[in-house]
Amino acid sequence: MTTGASSGEPLVVLAGVNKHFGDLHVLKDVDLTIHRGEVVVILGPSGSGKSTLCRAINRLEPIDSGTITLDGEPLPEEGKALARLRSDVGMVFQAFNLFAHKTVLHNVTLGPVKVRGMDKAAAEKRGRELLDRVGIGEQADKMPAQLSGGQQQRVAIARALAMDPKVILFDEPTSALDPEMINEVLEVMTQLAKDGMTMVVVTHEMGFARRAANRVVFMDHGKIVEEADPETFFTAPRSDRGKDFLSKILSH
Amino acid sequence: MGALLDNLALLRDGFLTTLRLTLISAALALVLGTLLGACRVSPVPTLRGIGTAYVELVRNTPLTLVFFFFVFVAPQVDLKLPFEVSAVVALSLYTAAFVCEAVRSGVNSVGVGQAEAARAIGLTFMQTMSQVVLPQALRTVVPPLINIFIALTKNTSVGVGFFVTELMAVGIRLTNRFPADILTVLTGIAVCYLAITIPAGVLAGRLERKVAFAR
Ligand SMILES: Nc1ncnc2c1ncn2[C@@H]1O[C@H](COP(=O)(O)OP(=O)(O)OP(=O)(O)O)[C@@H](O)[C@H]1O
Ligand SMILES: [Mg+2]
Repeated sequence: MTTGASSGEPLVVLAGVNKHFGDLHVLKDVDLTIHRGEVVVILGPSGSGKSTLCRAINRLEPIDSGTITLDGEPLPEEGKALARLRSDVGMVFQAFNLFAHKTVLHNVTLGPVKVRGMDKAAAEKRGRELLDRVGIGEQADKMPAQLSGGQQQRVAIARALAMDPKVILFDEPTSALDPEMINEVLEVMTQLAKDGMTMVVVTHEMGFARRAANRVVFMDHGKIVEEADPETFFTAPRSDRGKDFLSKILSH
Repeated sequence: MGALLDNLALLRDGFLTTLRLTLISAALALVLGTLLGACRVSPVPTLRGIGTAYVELVRNTPLTLVFFFFVFVAPQVDLKLPFEVSAVVALSLYTAAFVCEAVRSGVNSVGVGQAEAARAIGLTFMQTMSQVVLPQALRTVVPPLINIFIALTKNTSVGVGFFVTELMAVGIRLTNRFPADILTVLTGIAVCYLAITIPAGVLAGRLERKVAFAR
């Protein structure tokens, strides 16, 4: 899977991105290009700005300076245009965030019906197909709270897929899961990567990074310190901070 | 007992006026309060400012003063409303501030992740509110809302000082006319208020069970 990183044309382009939380400088002059069909894993110690970077891409966090473009279009400020752009960027959260008052199926159909204006019956048919694809077709009519964490996260992936996004952002999708459920989610993600989905994944799952990523981006203190293909990064990191990070992770 | 039985028509009119004031004001306050609540949690600073200013101003003003404004001050700027309309306006505007706060705390009780997930699939702010946040906020909003509407029912009695012949006005008129029956009259009036608030409480209980769902 570790083919050349720039297989497709640029899809998400961050240039000179800066972000502060009060006095805290969380993203420092970040430049990053994600190509169509590419799977980029973002690694880094806690607090290094991985989530913020991820959330900046669909403007859940507004940035202070720099530019972010999706498919050549700069991110709109607020309102309808931003909503339209977000519909093309899927997001999978650490805490799943399934709509607690809606059934599993309606979690998946809400976006297609309300945002894309899709016919309800068509959306439900497609929704059931997507739920089958992530292996939880039988749970379609249950409420999210009745599902295990791993199942909920797979619903969240189906919900993102239902919008036919250009790219999906994953922010530590398996960190809130019991160990025995991590794999069922990683398998779905690996399959997505194989199917050519463009993915940005913040994760501590080195196995997934090795297996599915085209590129690893290592962040520390709000900066991108190192970018490399997974094999190179895991076996021979160039930066000292990268080495330090890997030694800590691998010793655990 | 005669004081009440001989004046049933008057009592009924007073009851219906109170009921009308309550229902119309409750409906208007619910709409206005929800909009203000949406303002208070909106991403637009100006709207948030408007919402906050409204709540702080209205909630901290005695209701009698709000009535006074619409009944005596507004006509001076050529805004002449029938007394009952003035009462509805005053009660709605006043109650809306409390509805707004109930809606706001209800919205805050829904985890931020819910709204983020809604925005992430491309729902607009209004869709996020109407499809995801408010339906879940309802669970927390219904109990305080019922208290607000019960207070509203009782607050309609402020209308007595402003030429509205609602229950309280009927009560005062009857006690003046039948001073010996004062206890009977006031008990009768109180029962009339209960006839509104008790069913409201029952309805609330039903509603509460209906909007509950497992998390
Ligand atoms: N809403 C916020 N307000 C203030 N500070 C914040 C906010 N969100 C994040 N931060 C701070 O910004 C820094 C970067 O946070 P971020 O969540 O992006 O890190 P991360 O790399 O995702 O860390 P983790 O691995 O712990 O998830 C941290 O120091 C964090 O405390
Ligand atoms: Mg994070």
